[in-house]
Amino acid sequence: MNTPLNSFRNLPDERGHFGQFGGRYVAETLMPLVLDLEREYRAAQADPAFQAEFDDLLEHYVGRPSPLYFAPRLTEELGGAQVWFKRDELNHTGAHKINNCIGQILLAIRMGKTRIIAETGAGQHGVATATVCARFGLPCVIYMGAEDVKRQSPNVFRMKLLGAEVVPVTSGGATLKDAMNEGLRDWVANVHDTFYIIGTAAGPHPYPEMVRNFQSVIGKEARAQMLDRTGRLPDLLVAAIGGGSNALGLFHPFLDDPTVKMLGVEAAGHGLDGDEHAASLLGGTPGVLHGNRTYLLQDEDGQITEGHSISAGLDYPGIGPEHAWLKESGRVDYTAVTDEEALDAFQLLCATEGIIPALEPSHAIAAVKKVAPTMPKDSIILANLCGRGDKDIFTVAERLGVEL
Amino acid sequence: MSRFAAAFGKSAPALVCFITAGDGDTAANLDALVEAGADVIELGMPFTDPMADGPAIQAANLRSLGAGTTTHDVFKIAFEFRERHKDVPLVLMGYANPMVRRGPEWFGSQCAAAGVDGVICVDIPPEEDDALGPTLREFGVAPIRLATPTTDAARLPQVLAGSEGFLYYVSVAGITGKQQAQIESIEANVARIKQSSDLPVAVGFGVRTPEQAAAIAKVADGVVVGSALVEICGEYGAEAPAKLRELTSALAQAVHTARQD
Repeated sequence: MNTPLNSFRNLPDERGHFGQFGGRYVAETLMPLVLDLEREYRAAQADPAFQAEFDDLLEHYVGRPSPLYFAPRLTEELGGAQVWFKRDELNHTGAHKINNCIGQILLAIRMGKTRIIAETGAGQHGVATATVCARFGLPCVIYMGAEDVKRQSPNVFRMKLLGAEVVPVTSGGATLKDAMNEGLRDWVANVHDTFYIIGTAAGPHPYPEMVRNFQSVIGKEARAQMLDRTGRLPDLLVAAIGGGSNALGLFHPFLDDPTVKMLGVEAAGHGLDGDEHAASLLGGTPGVLHGNRTYLLQDEDGQITEGHSISAGLDYPGIGPEHAWLKESGRVDYTAVTDEEALDAFQLLCATEGIIPALEPSHAIAAVKKVAPTMPKDSIILANLCGRGDKDIFTVAERLGVEL
Repeated sequence: MSRFAAAFGKSAPALVCFITAGDGDTAANLDALVEAGADVIELGMPFTDPMADGPAIQAANLRSLGAGTTTHDVFKIAFEFRERHKDVPLVLMGYANPMVRRGPEWFGSQCAAAGVDGVICVDIPPEEDDALGPTLREFGVAPIRLATPTTDAARLPQVLAGSEGFLYYVSVAGITGKQQAQIESIEANVARIKQSSDLPVAVGFGVRTPEQAAAIAKVADGVVVGSALVEICGEYGAEAPAKLRELTSALAQAVHTARQD
């Protein structure tokens, strides 16, 4: 029988803790809801009909399984390990976010909730939430930092086309964390009918576990596809980390494969030596925010500091609690790449593979660019291409000095 | 007798007043509250991300942090308050992260040294009590819990276990400073809580006027007013003490005499 020490895959514990991280740090008003959500999620997990509906929607609506793709020209360019991509950017709505939204909206409907709220940074989670709300005919309010509304106007328009109400949040730094504050304020005032679809593997228990499980379809598919195509497991997994859901989705099914190393890539912004980055694990310290204990960007008094990244989706001062635990346990390595490195990687993938990646996975590609040349040619890197770059072309054009 | 027992043991219900530390001349503002009749003081610890607060207290948090308020400053304000007012219970209210940043022992010892009687931490529910509760009790500081309209009968005992000082009943499911609940619902919930606990019950969230305060004082042991006072601090700056005195006197009069007719 497995004891907890034999596996990296059986946390959180019954209180939602991953070691010292995770938990349910929410106001009392929300606590009964969070407990209710956990009960309903456990019932859904045990219900084959729920899983069948989830699988059916992922196949016929999202377009899963997403391809596993060997990148020949990038591999040749880097001159080391074979580089493979899990193509989650080909999902309906253009990113991995939809996997989780399908799962959560099915749960919301199961719980009889009639109104959906969500926070969004880059707008990918907002678009995915607005999409499933349109698909199931539920009204939807998306909280988005006013700064991000400016940076990501195409996604704002997409959300509106899909019928969502987009509320710009002007408090604090007007980015993702402030949008999450506003989402929590809405939820606490509308507990009777509202379901909060959190977009990453963070927040109070059971969200980190639930989001991870919905996203684990990425790693389950990739593991089977890789075995089928190459007859073996990859040597290294690489994924970008904001809150960390695409990385956990890829990593989790491999955590108990001891030969598979893993690398999570945070946003170093203008560099880890200054304070303009979004690398909570490498540049932060443990604390409590948005329902969980995890690594945070904060000052000596515990005031939260603003993250910075060229990628709005990585611009969050916290990280999912399971990543905090995986870092402390040593199972996963973490690194960070700068805005500049991500921009270079963005262009490299466009030029070598004909794929325009989002700025979030461009961080993963930048890390691949560094590590692939140091590995033997018969080794395999599998990176998660978690979003496509259409939404980012304006940001990139501006950084490259191109007028559109 | 603890300061809480004394404050809630008077013949009339207690007026509990909240302002945010470091938002204006806090010492002068606190003195105005006490002189005008506040029975218990809640001093808000500013935080960058006050998730449970409405616009008024959010703005106060940002004003305070913008003025450079540190956790040391908050404890200095508390310590000096205790030197000036020996008998008025003082509660720190805020969010988990600034409280646990240097470890619960540090926070508990600072509370004890500053003469803080109790702590309300918005985002540490009973399930996470280990994060702060045991240490506060060790230092003789009361962990004050919140009960809400969503705290049902099955859950209430868990909220009450380990609660000290008084119980804060949040009258509406929502954020601070917004709408007020129906008095019938408040009365029923306070009665429900008092069946299970000997702790005094103070009611807050959305109480702005002497009339509202009086209605609640008829059915509860205490009435908490926050956003309306915090708005005065924001609007009047250096002139705030006089305005605070005016509103607090009216509130105190209403609360203290509510059960006389």
